[in-house]
Amino acid sequence: MGIIQIVGAALVVTILSILVKRMGSDIGLMVSILGGILIFFMVLPQLIEVISVLGNLAQNIDTNLNHITIILRVIGVAYIAEFGAQICKDAGEGAIASKIELSGKVIIMVMSAPVIVSFLNVIITMLPS
Amino acid sequence: MDISSVFQIATVGILVAVLNQVLNSVGRSEQATMTTLAGVVIVLFWVIHHISDLFSTVQTLFQF
Repeated sequence: MGIIQIVGAALVVTILSILVKRMGSDIGLMVSILGGILIFFMVLPQLIEVISVLGNLAQNIDTNLNHITIILRVIGVAYIAEFGAQICKDAGEGAIASKIELSGKVIIMVMSAPVIVSFLNVIITMLPS
Repeated sequence: MDISSVFQIATVGILVAVLNQVLNSVGRSEQATMTTLAGVVIVLFWVIHHISDLFSTVQTLFQF
């Protein structure tokens, strides 16, 4: 799906969302949520291609694949946390948005701990001790 | 998941808003709030269905 269709759909959804909000119903927020989901599904084919290219690249270089899976998981967690936080900000709930961002950072930190540890081990072994 | 579902929800939103105003002007404000509530609940079920689609797709895509 090209950028033109995506931006066109996004503009239509924004106009609809403002229209419904202006008419006094809080369904406008749900229209904007659905717009975000719609655009994600529009970009999905390209995203799948990028991830498969990343996977093939990793198989050639990295023998143990858990680094790539951890990176993919971190990207997924970051995307969903960002998605939720932006929607809460749109709705005016800044406090909830910052809580979502905090939990996203904590989860990503926990997930990437083993990678950091293995990275430090590699550095330590290189040091002339 | 295409743009028609966004249009459906927008039409339901507009209908609920218009109905609310009409019922309020006629004087039946209880029915007005009832219809608004019903509209929001129906739209909520739709949106939650699409949100669960999104989350399951992201989970299978990013393998977590």
